[in-house]
Amino acid sequence: MSPVGKPDCMVIGAGPAGLGAALAAREAGLKDVMLIERDVELGGILPQCIHDGFGSIVFDEVLTGPQYAQRYIDQVQAADIDVKLNTMVLEMAPDRRITAVNSREGIIEFEPRSIVLAMGCRERTRHQIMLPGFRPAGIICAGAAQRDINIDGIMPGRRVVILGSGDIGLIMARRFTLEGAEVEGVYEIMKHPGGLSRNVVQCLHDYDIPLHLSHTVTFIHGRRRVEAVTVAQVGEDLKPIKETERLVPCDSLVLSVGLIPENELSLQAGVELDPVTAGPVVDESMHTSVDGIFACGNVVSVFDLVDWVTRTAEAAGRGAAEYVLGKKKIRAPIRVKPGRNVRFVVPQLVRNLGREIDLYFRVEHPERAVRARVLAGGEQVYSRKARMVRPPEMIHAQISAVNAAGKVKEIKLEVVSHEE
Amino acid sequence: MKNKHEFLCINCPLGCILELTEEDGEILEIAGAECKVGEKYAEEEFRNPHRMVSTTVRISGGVLPLLPVVSAAPIPKVLVKEAVRALAEVEVDAPVEDGQVVYPNILDTGVDIISSRKLDSIT
Repeated sequence: MSPVGKPDCMVIGAGPAGLGAALAAREAGLKDVMLIERDVELGGILPQCIHDGFGSIVFDEVLTGPQYAQRYIDQVQAADIDVKLNTMVLEMAPDRRITAVNSREGIIEFEPRSIVLAMGCRERTRHQIMLPGFRPAGIICAGAAQRDINIDGIMPGRRVVILGSGDIGLIMARRFTLEGAEVEGVYEIMKHPGGLSRNVVQCLHDYDIPLHLSHTVTFIHGRRRVEAVTVAQVGEDLKPIKETERLVPCDSLVLSVGLIPENELSLQAGVELDPVTAGPVVDESMHTSVDGIFACGNVVSVFDLVDWVTRTAEAAGRGAAEYVLGKKKIRAPIRVKPGRNVRFVVPQLVRNLGREIDLYFRVEHPERAVRARVLAGGEQVYSRKARMVRPPEMIHAQISAVNAAGKVKEIKLEVVSHEE
Repeated sequence: MKNKHEFLCINCPLGCILELTEEDGEILEIAGAECKVGEKYAEEEFRNPHRMVSTTVRISGGVLPLLPVVSAAPIPKVLVKEAVRALAEVEVDAPVEDGQVVYPNILDTGVDIISSRKLDSIT
């Protein structure tokens, strides 16, 4: 076995989060930064997201996924960062000991001085939504279909039903259509589309693809290959209404029913997870509950914009550098309490209100004419009006440095009506 | 004859339903917009809607079989399907640089189709 490597910082996952974190750690003064990626190339999910709409915040221009990734890949390759491709991390211990494997070196071990978790998220499958029926070929998650079509050049189906109206599902409805498949329709159990209205218009309306709200799939037919699905309208209780059932012939069912942060490694190391986000509890430096382990991007909470993934990655990379270089004063954490119409806030903890802090949050339900505000020790430190807030859209709030930050014991983020 | 056209505004989370009334191509009224951006959007969508085009083309000798490409600017919406069909016939040789022109002046729109990543050759 080769000698144990001891990098200043090991970043696990080379998607937008890992690329941004590795660069930020390097720029903040760490010499020995290692980036581990299980795929054959850098970029994570971005190389398959060939549509545009990335980068409007970070670069102030609209890029495709591959273009966005390319900017960071170029910088990483120029930055003297030790990149290990085709390498899978198998274990992470609470003392930061890492076991990884690749076919060139076999089992390799590391004792990094800091770790940044950047493993991203996974798609929910039919099992997580307990979809009844047979188990034939032709049931595929939207992101997997995207990879088949855009990276490998394989058409996973010719007559497609899409369940769920998340952004990836909407984008794949357009993609399947442009590649010559027929998309029979998109079925969404909720009353509102799950994705952005931009995608409803440009991916469905533009191609006359029907969106069936308050509908779901109740059965999958076909023994070897999908032959049809049964769809039905759902009532207020989201339960299917038997009389509305309809048989839809198709050869594929594409699922776009949500994403889950990928935290198997985090759990091995004893990292505390937030039950609402399903990701690690972090402070404003993206430090988790385990000493020297940081996390960023979709492993922390599923973001809807890659730009915010990059911003959290930069905070994590800087945090790891401060930790290793001994610049980080560890202060007692203050919990950021989600108040009225706030489902969760990331980071969940704040240690130093004396600097600018970025908070990301989602609302619980749609609401018009609101004000988002942050109270620190009862004093308002942030306030912004919005005409409309909706759960699918993550909201960013940047708080400026607070005077007498040391005295604050409680921080609360709430969404209230305009007038309050 | 008066005609009504409905558009869903994509410019902010409000998602206003915009109703445009026209007579022989002349816009008489745009209802439902809560702001000027929405009105302008409805007019643009009625008169001259444009879209970006993104797809893949085959690449020979590359580390991957496909190269993602994108239009350098939006093209008229009605031409998108035809543009994607034209690009389905294209094959380029690796290596390719990010931003390299893959198909100039697609369908005489004056817009180039460019590579949206760097893609190395196998050797």
